[in-house]
Amino acid sequence: MILKPRLEDLKIIGFYLGKIILGLAFTMAVPILAGLCFRELNPALDFLISIEISVFLGLLLLKICHTEKDLNWMQGMIVVSLSWVVAMFLGAIPLYLSGHWKTFLDACFDAMSGFATTGLVLVQDLDHMSYTHNLWRHLIMFLGGQGIVVIALSFFVRGFSGAFKMYVGEARDEKILPNVVHTSRFIWLVSFVYLVLGTIALGITGIFNGIKPLNSFFHGACIFMAAFDTGGFSPQSQSILYYHSMAYEVITVIIMVLGALNFKLHYHLWMGNRKEIFRNIETSTLFITIIVAFSIVAVGLAQMGSYPSAVALFRKGFYQLVSGHTGTGFQTIYPQQFLADWNHLALAGVILAMALGGAVCSTTGAIKMLRIGVIFKAFKEDLKRIIMPERALVIEKFHHIKEVFLEDKLVRSALIITLAYIILYGLGALVGMFYGHPFLNALFESTSAAANVGLSCGITNAAMPAALKVTYIIQMWTGRLEFMSVFTILGFLIAALKGK
Amino acid sequence: MKINFKSVLLILLLILAAYPRAHVFCQSLSSSELIGNAKEHDGKSVTFTGEAIGDIMLRGEFAWVNINDGDNALGIWMSAALAKEINFTGSYKARGDKVEVTGIFHRACSEHGGDLDIHAQSLRKLGDGRIVNQRLNLDKKNLSISLFGALILIWILSLFRHR
Repeated sequence: MILKPRLEDLKIIGFYLGKIILGLAFTMAVPILAGLCFRELNPALDFLISIEISVFLGLLLLKICHTEKDLNWMQGMIVVSLSWVVAMFLGAIPLYLSGHWKTFLDACFDAMSGFATTGLVLVQDLDHMSYTHNLWRHLIMFLGGQGIVVIALSFFVRGFSGAFKMYVGEARDEKILPNVVHTSRFIWLVSFVYLVLGTIALGITGIFNGIKPLNSFFHGACIFMAAFDTGGFSPQSQSILYYHSMAYEVITVIIMVLGALNFKLHYHLWMGNRKEIFRNIETSTLFITIIVAFSIVAVGLAQMGSYPSAVALFRKGFYQLVSGHTGTGFQTIYPQQFLADWNHLALAGVILAMALGGAVCSTTGAIKMLRIGVIFKAFKEDLKRIIMPERALVIEKFHHIKEVFLEDKLVRSALIITLAYIILYGLGALVGMFYGHPFLNALFESTSAAANVGLSCGITNAAMPAALKVTYIIQMWTGRLEFMSVFTILGFLIAALKGK
Repeated sequence: MKINFKSVLLILLLILAAYPRAHVFCQSLSSSELIGNAKEHDGKSVTFTGEAIGDIMLRGEFAWVNINDGDNALGIWMSAALAKEINFTGSYKARGDKVEVTGIFHRACSEHGGDLDIHAQSLRKLGDGRIVNQRLNLDKKNLSISLFGALILIWILSLFRHR
């Protein structure tokens, strides 16, 4: 029998949602400060209006739904999935007020793309956008990459057992430190340290490339946030092609790879355990899949004769591939060039890389390396069982921070999530095909949205049908939260309608 | 009256010669046309018109200037001397100079790591850029004051409720 949700459930959900909304409102103070520093008063007003609406909504929820009770698993999951939807609407307000988006749906699309660290955009006239709005576009990637709930856990929610339920709901099932609040704070520490280092590296490179110092460091900070959080927004419409710089490309590749690594691995590297990077199943799987996918891309590009030299082929092929594999979405080619200059084999290589993604407990989306590694190990174990004598005891292990025995439960979980992602990629491709796009193009764009990548072959634009925009928004949301919290909210809605 | 064809032909040739060459022989191509049909235009002389945006990135005796025609921005590799003719580049606070660039189009430039670019041979300024003065939007100002008032009201009401 399905039980209808009680009023108490709604109150608890509303109360914690209110807290997260207040946390989000607090982050909008950053672009206001930037607006005042850059003397961009109208953009600063856009954020003042948005912060007021957010605080109003947050306080209203806290007052109406005030409770002392803790979250249970279902409530925690629902708070997380609703937080991302509410963040999309609230984050879209300043974007829409800027006048750079044709409709509020377009602004919502970009806000979800930012929070989910996807990088697909519908923005208009980006080259004339204010520093204030550009900072917000990149900041939401930084916040979304770490996790909206992680922000609330780090700064606004103090020690309660429901914290872990929300943390897990945001597709982070690994605790780095025993306490989840300390784990959240460590994630922020790592991100801030890299933010400073990355901004300095990119800022100095920009100056050597001929960009004015202020602009260079601003671009450096924005590009870092988009690269480390594997987001893929950029301050200019040409993405990384704007800089015409190999040094910039090399640095962003390093940052993208760092962003695709597990925060737990970062912790062990920081603690001096450098061997972990070579032994970890995720890094070794990432290394292998990059080589395999790049080989496919390189053969495709060579067949097509797309580039005049091996260096150009490597520079273009490898950059788009790493960008896709890490789920970033930076491009050094125009979207139309994917269809004009890349053959189906090369596109298939990029789609494969996008579908796989980076490490768990990182800022990437998609299936992720741990699951790919586990599935591969399970195949290996089954093969061994066939080859070896029947009486032989076959035990498979893998190294992920510590030695882990391969259990059926782990394999099942990895296969279920992998299957769910494949279905999500396929469903989006079906909708794309419904609107007249060829299969491979539709699959490319759908995988990019669902795996939170952001590479585009040109389907994503402001003129595309509203239903396709909504489809990609749902894919970005579901893909980022890795299904469980989204399925929980669906279950909650069914229970509200059919429960007794 | 007999028409002297030789005279007519001569007059036509003179008119054509007097007219700016670019208008006759090099019709400006859009960025979408260049990107979409890159193979057709590869290695050929093209004319591209748009607004200079972002930074003028000097690289020794050359410079990169990105020019946006409203659909896409293309990278233009030009001599530093040509780049000096550009006074304004587009940003939030400025409209960039509108320029017409004629040069060799590369689908995948071997000199620049496979970038799609144009190596400029000449640059003509079609319009001057300007600083854009942003006036305070009164509607936004009034809305933010009203919302602030509403927040204060809620705060006061919550204080009464507590008492």
